[in-house]
Amino acid sequence: MLIKKAEDIRSSEITPKSLYLNRRKFLAEAAMAGAAAAIGVGLKETISPSTSVLAGNKIDGVKKSSLSTTETVTPYNDVTHYNNYYEFGTEKDEPAEMAKNFRTRPWKVKIEGQVEKKQELDIDTILKMAPPEERIYRHRCVEGWSIVVPWVGFSLSELIKRVNPTSKARYVEFTSLFDLTRMPGQRRQVLDWPYVEGLRMDEAMNPLALLCFGMYGEELPNQDGAPLRIVLPWKYGFKSSKAIVRIRFVEKQPLNSWNISAPMEYGFYANVNPNVDHPRWSQAKERRLGEFLKRPTLMFNGYGDQVASLYNGMDLKKNY
Amino acid sequence: MHRYFKPVVFLACLVPLGRLAWRGLHAGLGANPIEFITHSTGDWTLTFLLVTLSITPLRKLTRQYWLISFRRMLGLFAFFYGILHLTTYVWLDKFFDVHEMLHDIAKRRFITAGMTAFALMIPLALTSTKWSIRKLGKRWQILHRLIYFSAAAGVIHYIWLVKADLKKPLEYAFVLGMLLMYRVIAWAIDRRASPNRVVEPRRQIAIQ
Repeated sequence: MLIKKAEDIRSSEITPKSLYLNRRKFLAEAAMAGAAAAIGVGLKETISPSTSVLAGNKIDGVKKSSLSTTETVTPYNDVTHYNNYYEFGTEKDEPAEMAKNFRTRPWKVKIEGQVEKKQELDIDTILKMAPPEERIYRHRCVEGWSIVVPWVGFSLSELIKRVNPTSKARYVEFTSLFDLTRMPGQRRQVLDWPYVEGLRMDEAMNPLALLCFGMYGEELPNQDGAPLRIVLPWKYGFKSSKAIVRIRFVEKQPLNSWNISAPMEYGFYANVNPNVDHPRWSQAKERRLGEFLKRPTLMFNGYGDQVASLYNGMDLKKNY
Repeated sequence: MHRYFKPVVFLACLVPLGRLAWRGLHAGLGANPIEFITHSTGDWTLTFLLVTLSITPLRKLTRQYWLISFRRMLGLFAFFYGILHLTTYVWLDKFFDVHEMLHDIAKRRFITAGMTAFALMIPLALTSTKWSIRKLGKRWQILHRLIYFSAAAGVIHYIWLVKADLKKPLEYAFVLGMLLMYRVIAWAIDRRASPNRVVEPRRQIAIQ
């Protein structure tokens, strides 16, 4: 354990940081101070500083994980003020503002479908199912940008094991909250609400698949999927459902929202793959937030060792 | 028209650029500055194209014929923001990777449309001088109808690049549609009023 830690420190201090500093010089942008200032609207920030949603509540007893990357973590303010969450608006900076007053308690999650006992779990029961871990993952959006986030949660398999799916359960489907009053973005039919996503059982049981309720050591901010989301670092970001209210175990491959919206562009698997372009743009490179030059995108977002075997013999060009 | 009017409008047209620069210096470009600059310059290119196209309907409907004196400047500002938009793509986004850009132009239809929109503006900017107007005569007007196609390609470029929310590109499309509709209606009315009109001006030119 100690040796691992030493390694972590060393490699994180070598290249990425100097790259990071270079681009800062270039854009004359104080991005580190951006943790306090880069709200997106300079003027607004000077007038009313820190309108940002600070989740604030620290999560106790978070363990480090060997699944974490040693890459430089993206500043908190970038992660919380630049993301897609169409339930709270289609602009990247909208979720932070529009999810500000989103209530995440009381919150229940229905467990349905092919399980021994259908039930409704309280969020606080779920959070106590397993000890929280910090997982620092790369996160790649289908649009071509990426971030590195220290998520807090535990493997999704911990929950699945506890609810005893039957042998008929071959897929798992995640449904996000549908509430026009609490999620104003749903008043517009940009997607077929509620947001649904799905995984094959073996994907869901992979230790990397994270049931997530925190980041940066604190509870998840509303705009990042509070109170409960999943994180699937080897897949494009849209696979990682937010604000989950139902987990259903099913026999057939479930539909997923972006696939319903544009089937030629977004598949069920959506594994990060630099060799299979989105029909309208290349997936070969990505822009890591905070870096000037684009970096090459890695197969399975660099998690091939853990997940490539799940897709043995599959044509990933067809199963995009 | 007041003699300070033109410089004031000129400076006003530079405000979007000034705003970008100010934000750039004050960490106001958000988490993805290059994307912010790309979107902002693209938006302003389209806006200036549409403003340029609204001069003719506006001056005819309001009978404020002096408005014509701003049309060239506004058109050139559309070109100016178009250059900034393209430069952002070539420099900041692709970092001069020619191979990748050619690949993009051929394969990505939204890039193809955007490049078309820009390419169509080049002859218009080049022939915006008084000398060209005089030299080209009637052909100048015909050539400058390319702006309709440039604006249309620009709007299509926007429609083709968004993921799911078409609201903003469709707003541009709606305004462009109205502006083009005006021309179709004006042309039809004109034609009905004097069916021989197409022949007449030619004869006039011949006489001159």
